[in-house]
Amino acid sequence: MARPLRPAITASGLRKSYGDKVVLDGIDLEIAEGTIFALLGPNGAGKTTIVRILSTLINADGGEARIAAHDLSREADAVRALIGVTGQFSAVDNLLTGRENLRLMADLCHLDRAAGRRRTDDLLTQFDLVEVAGKPVSTYSGGMRRRLDLAMTLVGEPRVIFLDEPTTGLDPRSRRAMWQIIRDLVAGGVTILLTTQYLEEADQLADRVAFLDHGRLIAEGTPRELKRLIPGGHVVLQFADQAGLDAAARALTASTRDDAALTLQVPSDGGVGSLRSLLDQLDRASISVAGLAVHTPDLDDVFLTLTGQPDHERAMAR
Amino acid sequence: MSTLTLAVRDSSTMLRRNLLHMRRYPSLTLMLVGLPVILLLLFVYVFGGTLGAGLGPTGDRADYANYVTPGILLITVVSAAQGTAISVAMDMTEGIIARFRTMAIFRPSVLTAHVLGSVIQTVLSLAAVTGVALLVGFRPTANPVEWLAVFGVLAMITLAVTWLAVALGLVSDSVETASNLPMPLVLLPFLGSGFVPTDSMPTPVRWFADYQPFTPVMETLRGLLFGTGIGSNAILAVAWCAVITVACFLWAKAQYNRSRA
Repeated sequence: MARPLRPAITASGLRKSYGDKVVLDGIDLEIAEGTIFALLGPNGAGKTTIVRILSTLINADGGEARIAAHDLSREADAVRALIGVTGQFSAVDNLLTGRENLRLMADLCHLDRAAGRRRTDDLLTQFDLVEVAGKPVSTYSGGMRRRLDLAMTLVGEPRVIFLDEPTTGLDPRSRRAMWQIIRDLVAGGVTILLTTQYLEEADQLADRVAFLDHGRLIAEGTPRELKRLIPGGHVVLQFADQAGLDAAARALTASTRDDAALTLQVPSDGGVGSLRSLLDQLDRASISVAGLAVHTPDLDDVFLTLTGQPDHERAMAR
Repeated sequence: MSTLTLAVRDSSTMLRRNLLHMRRYPSLTLMLVGLPVILLLLFVYVFGGTLGAGLGPTGDRADYANYVTPGILLITVVSAAQGTAISVAMDMTEGIIARFRTMAIFRPSVLTAHVLGSVIQTVLSLAAVTGVALLVGFRPTANPVEWLAVFGVLAMITLAVTWLAVALGLVSDSVETASNLPMPLVLLPFLGSGFVPTDSMPTPVRWFADYQPFTPVMETLRGLLFGTGIGSNAILAVAWCAVITVACFLWAKAQYNRSRA
């Protein structure tokens, strides 16, 4: 928390349309150095467009952005020297071998021959690709291809990395391996902008999360803050017998009881203060509780509440 | 690093990539040499007797082999260009091009590497086709200096046609389009002095044949190889090649830099 929060990425009022279709409608971002920022949104929300703009692939129609204080449109080459991009579609040369792909990157990053070879070997080892290094990439599995893709991004030791849906299409094991790699990168001081459709991924990795829907950021904060935005958190109290349940239900009027399970569901934000006062209240009434579970809404709840039309309509009707 | 060293270094890195592709997948190269060789054999051994007789009172198959080879050499150039357009279009569908665009490298190096790689490929194809032509009766009378000039003219037209092919590859939205767009080029040597003298053609066709870019190139090659009159053809050939090269280079560059949706 005490870390000096210099912004690695800033953007204000980014706009982009294709014909009549507005893809980005005024995006503001500020991403601190050495943190992971997750952009979360359904397909077509504009996540990839943001990455393409920030990685200098396309120009925004309006607004401005800076990477490590370099203006995106005026100092594109300075930006390119600092960033690395791993896109949704693998950016590897299928006709070359894994090693040749990494050597190509080393040459394009202007490493000298010895340094290039060293870096290639290190990355092959780090990404568990030594055994397949001499095989053409066209024979690689999805997970290997994705690892090579990220390894190629890292050859030039970028300070800011864009990962566009880095785990889409990976099996659970490869996904966890990729998460570990991403955590290690940030531990080394790199800044990461990650897009994902998986709430769990953002929850697992990101310091801050922003929800993107129809080209607009509809919420931003730490995963914890975002979960708090949503009502519907509750505490479930478990009782040993019917008498305890009855007594508690009388004391806590806003609760819902489940006689079969001997549980009582009490609305709560799940915070320490409200838990303490709940337990105090039970104590004063001398009611003993056998067990207690706090249910804070997960990002799925947040997402559905913020974007899901059906949920919203139901809330209105109630 | 200065822009020039950066340009040379990145272009040669990219060229290594293209050459590696060609070496690893030689089938495309072989296919591209196949077309001109088949046409050469067809025109010398099937049509050669009759067409040779049309060249003059003493004309025969051997005369026709000499006559048709410059045309076949241009077929070789455009056949290779078709391969270039295909490989550029294929490359552009790959994610790696997007990666190159996000790197601090000399931007046109992707294109210059394709051009250099294709020129090398075409020169090798031209050598192979010339070899076959010599086997089937092609007997040029050129001296070493004239041979050098032949090489120069072929290199010039190759460079021009290759930049055209790169631009066509870039405007193609699919590999199929890229394969079809250069097709009309294969017809140009036929609609010129490549296979029969233009004065045997009806006036409108002859008018086109005399003024299209390949005819002066083929006439210059004939002049250098057999000592026939070159006249203004050499200047015209150089001018055409220069114009096509510069125009297609600018076209290709604009296409590549255009931000893709």
